[in-house]
Amino acid sequence: MEENKTFTISVYSENNVGLLNRISGIFLKRHINILSLNVSESEIEDVSRFIIVVHTTEKWVQNIVGQIEKQIEVIKAFYHIDEETVFLENALFKIHSDLFENEEIKAIIKESNSVVITTEHDFFVISKAGKRSDIKALHSKLKPYGIMQFVRSGRISVSKEKMEISQMLQDLKHN
Amino acid sequence: METIRISGAEAVIRCLLEEGADLIYGYPGGAIMPVYDELYKFRDKLNHTLVRHEQGAIHAAQGFARATGKVGVAIATSGPGATNLVTGIADAQIDSTPIVCITGQVAKHLLGSDAFQETDIIGISTPVTKWNIQVTEARDIPAAIAKAFYIARSGRPGPVLVDITKNAQVEEFDFKYEKCTSVRSYTPVPKLNIEKIKEAAQVINSAQKPFIVFGQGVILSEAETELKTLVEKSGIPAAWTILGLSALPTDHPLNVGMLGMHGNYAPNLMTNECDVLIALGMRFDDRVTGNLNTYAKQAKVIHFEIDPAEIDKNVKTEIAVLADLKEALTELIPLIETKKHDEWHNGFKEKAVIEYDAVIKEELNPTNGKGISMGETIEMINKHSKGDAIIVSDVGQHQMFACRYSKFNSTKSNVTSGGLGTMGFALPAAIGAKMGQPNKEVVAVIGDGGFQMNIQELGTIFQSKVPVKIVVLNNQFLGMVRQWQELFYDYRYASTEMINPNFVAIAEGYYIKAKQVAKREDLDKAVEEMLVSKDSYFLEVIVEKENNVFPMIPTGASVTDIRLS
Repeated sequence: MEENKTFTISVYSENNVGLLNRISGIFLKRHINILSLNVSESEIEDVSRFIIVVHTTEKWVQNIVGQIEKQIEVIKAFYHIDEETVFLENALFKIHSDLFENEEIKAIIKESNSVVITTEHDFFVISKAGKRSDIKALHSKLKPYGIMQFVRSGRISVSKEKMEISQMLQDLKHN
Repeated sequence: METIRISGAEAVIRCLLEEGADLIYGYPGGAIMPVYDELYKFRDKLNHTLVRHEQGAIHAAQGFARATGKVGVAIATSGPGATNLVTGIADAQIDSTPIVCITGQVAKHLLGSDAFQETDIIGISTPVTKWNIQVTEARDIPAAIAKAFYIARSGRPGPVLVDITKNAQVEEFDFKYEKCTSVRSYTPVPKLNIEKIKEAAQVINSAQKPFIVFGQGVILSEAETELKTLVEKSGIPAAWTILGLSALPTDHPLNVGMLGMHGNYAPNLMTNECDVLIALGMRFDDRVTGNLNTYAKQAKVIHFEIDPAEIDKNVKTEIAVLADLKEALTELIPLIETKKHDEWHNGFKEKAVIEYDAVIKEELNPTNGKGISMGETIEMINKHSKGDAIIVSDVGQHQMFACRYSKFNSTKSNVTSGGLGTMGFALPAAIGAKMGQPNKEVVAVIGDGGFQMNIQELGTIFQSKVPVKIVVLNNQFLGMVRQWQELFYDYRYASTEMINPNFVAIAEGYYIKAKQVAKREDLDKAVEEMLVSKDSYFLEVIVEKENNVFPMIPTGASVTDIRLS
């Protein structure tokens, strides 16, 4: 049996209604759980970029990427292991305003390289970008003081190697 | 280009005509009525066949597409009309059949309101379509349909669905039609790498025991002549998947038969004997390979394939040639040395004799007072059709007999539901095949189970005067499931026995000439009478109840575990 690893799948696609459903269905059909999903603009105008994180075997991830690329509105799909990408997640912690002046909290924010992004009458919000483990560490430090709300985004990543996608689109336009 | 001001519904019809789709199948209903109103106005230009159930429409469109190589078209209304298409769409997806489905949808302002006959057919059909789109404005109709046809027929073909809201059918707009010739994110045919062809030729030329396995890719790329040339020049024995059947004449000396679970003895065994396995337009389905861990491990595998996602999906390849098959073979053939592999080929012949003695002889000439067999019925059809008929089979034992024993002289003559295994496929598919190939004899071979899954299409055959021939092989069982129950569930026949109605009376109720045969001595004449009939004809053959299909590779077993009994 091939071992499971974390893979980051990057998909460049047209920005069309229904494509997310089509792509997520490929995972559903194979009973593979999506650990995180992020869809945004890409470096190319009018082209969307999906970042999908899964924990599976390389054989499955190859199969999935093949099936994703086969979708009409997908331009190109890639997969990478963690060492081949630069990636992070973003987390927001909503904390009661009573703690705003708390020295321990201030120290935690400073040590963790997180930032207070808003201060309201009843609460303030800490934002932390980084690796999953850094966010987890911050979460466990803040937890004893009380976290009113917590949310973490999907992974966003860029590959270390060059993506041959812009040239591909150029070629497509000329054909 | 000049424009004309017309309704979205009329645009649908004009788009179909622009794409050459003049034989279509469907069933009207509320959300598609504007299109049907235009079908009425265009009835002298576009032949729409009213089926009895939307599943019949899509299977008819599939039969049409498989027998002609053109795009099949099915039309249905929203809600249940659309969902009734889904089985056929899934069938067309797994069997790479070019289909355009057009469904009506509730008006745009009602979307998401749970309106009458509203269903999310885009969501439902997404996993089983090559592409789909919902159109909510008339002006978007021409581009959507143009793209639909382009995607359905290009590259590896497949089904597409265009869902059109009712308001878009009614609105008027300035129509003009431009065919779709490319989609920037879609590369239907990979660019052939000539180096791969050279590598493949070298490996093939130096092989001692090469073996060709071919699939429907030969038919879809119309590479039948190239296949025949390659086989004859190289002297390499060739076997087929059931969707590849008829791409090479069945009596060709180098055609060594059918692969897979109920395929022939020799090609299954020789898969694990060959030194080079040349796969042409086939996808190593589990019914072909059996256990992948013991499949052709000794061989260098060369895979000619149009779909990159198929490479190394199931079987690891030595050389992958990504291309349109016709183009690839055209480049390959000049590099192939003229050879004979007589000794290697003799190995196939020897194993064929073993299979003949153990299985085929008794199947075609049953002894011990046994009733008519399915195999001898197929052989009788061969005798009178001389291999020139299109055989449309359903799913089950009779399908395996039809594929194993039918003779085919020409391509696109075997129409069957291979990947999905859809019971109820054959009767409507035969309608489409006959309308697409009116000069060919079309014989639907169906079991008593599958016949009753779309039996209502007898009404279509009657009303539209489609002269198909229907052979029901009645063993009063769901025979394939019964066979498995016999072999693997200790004869516990759970829900497989069928108490059947009077099929002849039912066919006659639809004013179709009908006959039942139960005795061997009546079979010859009955088949002859059926085939000379100018009109549709129903023949029920009462066959031996508990016959089994052999050879057989049990699920999960290796190709070398093929059983003769």
